[in-house]
Amino acid sequence: MRNAAQLVLLLVVLSDLAVLGTTRLSSCIRGIASQGLLLGLLPLLLASQVSIHAVSLGVGTVIVKAILLPWFLNRAIREAAVRREVEPMVGFIASQLLGALAVALAFAISLRLPMPATEQRLLVPVSLATLMIGFIVLTTRRKALMQVVGYLILENGIYLFGLTQTESVPFLIELGVLLDVFVGVFIMGIVVFHINREFDSLDSTRLTELTD
Amino acid sequence: MRLLVISALPLLVALLVLGVPAFRGRRVPVALLAAVALAHLALVTSLWLAPEPATLGGWLAVDPLGLTVLTLTSVLFLVTVTYTVGYLRREPPSSGRVFAGCLMAFLTAASVVSLAHHLAMLWVGMEATTLSVAPLVFLRRDRRSLEATWKYLVISSVGIALALLGTFFLASAQVDVPGRPLVLPDLVEHARDLHPAWLRAAFLFLLVGFGTKMGLAPMHTWKPDTYGEAPSLVSGLMAGALTSCAFLGVARVTQVVMAAGLASFAQPVLIGFGLLSLAVAAVFIIGQSDMKRLLAYSSVEHMGLLVLGLGLGGVGAYGSMLHLVNNGLSKGWMFLVTGNIVLATGSSAAAGNRGLVRTLPVSAALLVLGLFAVTGSPPFGLFMSEFTILRAAVGSGHPWIAAVILLFLAIIFVGMAGLVLGMALGEPEPGQVPVRESAWLVAGPVALAAAVLMLGVYIPGPLHEVLARAATALGGTAP
Repeated sequence: MRNAAQLVLLLVVLSDLAVLGTTRLSSCIRGIASQGLLLGLLPLLLASQVSIHAVSLGVGTVIVKAILLPWFLNRAIREAAVRREVEPMVGFIASQLLGALAVALAFAISLRLPMPATEQRLLVPVSLATLMIGFIVLTTRRKALMQVVGYLILENGIYLFGLTQTESVPFLIELGVLLDVFVGVFIMGIVVFHINREFDSLDSTRLTELTD
Repeated sequence: MRLLVISALPLLVALLVLGVPAFRGRRVPVALLAAVALAHLALVTSLWLAPEPATLGGWLAVDPLGLTVLTLTSVLFLVTVTYTVGYLRREPPSSGRVFAGCLMAFLTAASVVSLAHHLAMLWVGMEATTLSVAPLVFLRRDRRSLEATWKYLVISSVGIALALLGTFFLASAQVDVPGRPLVLPDLVEHARDLHPAWLRAAFLFLLVGFGTKMGLAPMHTWKPDTYGEAPSLVSGLMAGALTSCAFLGVARVTQVVMAAGLASFAQPVLIGFGLLSLAVAAVFIIGQSDMKRLLAYSSVEHMGLLVLGLGLGGVGAYGSMLHLVNNGLSKGWMFLVTGNIVLATGSSAAAGNRGLVRTLPVSAALLVLGLFAVTGSPPFGLFMSEFTILRAAVGSGHPWIAAVILLFLAIIFVGMAGLVLGMALGEPEPGQVPVRESAWLVAGPVALAAAVLMLGVYIPGPLHEVLARAATALGGTAP
């Protein structure tokens, strides 16, 4: 099981980098959908024995992060009939290099951290790397929809860190966190839809009417 | 049991309003809104009279800090609801159900934040406050409010995501330490055994995360846009109640850090954010041309004062708690009055709004009085609380901090006075005729103004006791 968890964590990093390098919005959404699926597997692979807690957390994560949210975001693209390109402010190669740098930095930082007691030593560096890549997507992509994707990746990074603490965070709370993320992305999706209708573009850099 | 009802009742009614199609229109939702607001305040008042044991395994409990924020929220909510009655007659929103439902969802979220003694539960409530308010910011459904909603959602969500990471860091600090995980009293009791490196990281992330929601500089950028575009009564609720909830988040982690004996680490950080917020507010208030954006920067200023009081310690903690109450009440007052101006003239911009004393006498008088209250002039409550924070600065051996605060406060006074007096005095624009001000629209601000005035002259005994106990929990003292 430990090796399987390790493999899944490496795949998570790959899905991060894939989102950074993708040119099409729909592929980015597939990227985060597969990341959601991987995150749903982790509670089961990391648990020392199969418990209701781990199973329900995994199932909840898959439902929200791999099925509902990607479906909803895809729908938002279709309904709003947006152009399908990502339109980065930083080029794809440059973003991937930044992403690689983030991964290296994440490993360097987590070597210095006093580790939480966990079997899986890859968990913290992968979590930090995902977090930083989420920030990169959030800040270097023009499309409002990609900012939602960036926020989801950021949130996934935090979820991974949370997995080091599954014993101390009760299921009810995890459910609350998932629900909050779901509603948050849902509202963001609605706003994205309206932005496209009002401005005829999903380009968030056009939102510049309000200044001092 | 009362704690559960306080937290859940507004949500249940909100779901009812949102879910049952028979509740279309605005009469029934507003009636339910009023009933919920009254019931909530009655229950909260009963908490002052008779103590209530913790429920849900210690996750929900009343303590002086939480009770202060809960009461402030409940009072502001009731005032906002009375205002809503008059407001909706003049400017009906596109959906009365969404309007009432979101307001009640916010009340639930804010109550959960105030009562939560499990820090992850506090986070869940805090994120829910953000989300419940977002549809209200977008109520006018035009380009500008769309932009404001987007900025608010993205910046707040990222900020609050960092706070979640901070919460997990706190759980990491607690590994191998006795006590229930992330439950506040246990964290405080065993604070000295917490892992210091993780605790420091947790403090920083929680401060930045919840600080984003408070609107501390430099994470304040969403604030002027959001408060400027949201309907005034929503801005008032956000500036008065939502920021107080966010401050409570900061105060909770400060409580743990102070109990762990890390005051020398936390205090300079808090003071730094506080002074920076004052500076940013001072810079942007000068030359501001819109009343609601002006109030947003004033809110940045007061958030800065709140964390300054925490950072200075001693009587500063008491000053912060008193300032929390004063700021909440006075922001509600000012935004509701500004709402009256917008209803009458269609805009909160200084350009085109002159001579309001002639056309809107009551609101203009309240606006000018509010100028003096918000800038901390005697005899209003904010003078007392700001004075207490200044005393803490001098008392802790940092007279230069007191001097810097005074300088910024003076600049802010000049900037605010210029705009407010320009709007209130002078000759009205041609074509502006006196408007009849409905009692529903004036009663709320008058009540809040009376409360702020009273707090400047006399602080009721029970309130003083609760604030003093809250200050002690934050590592400070009562004056």
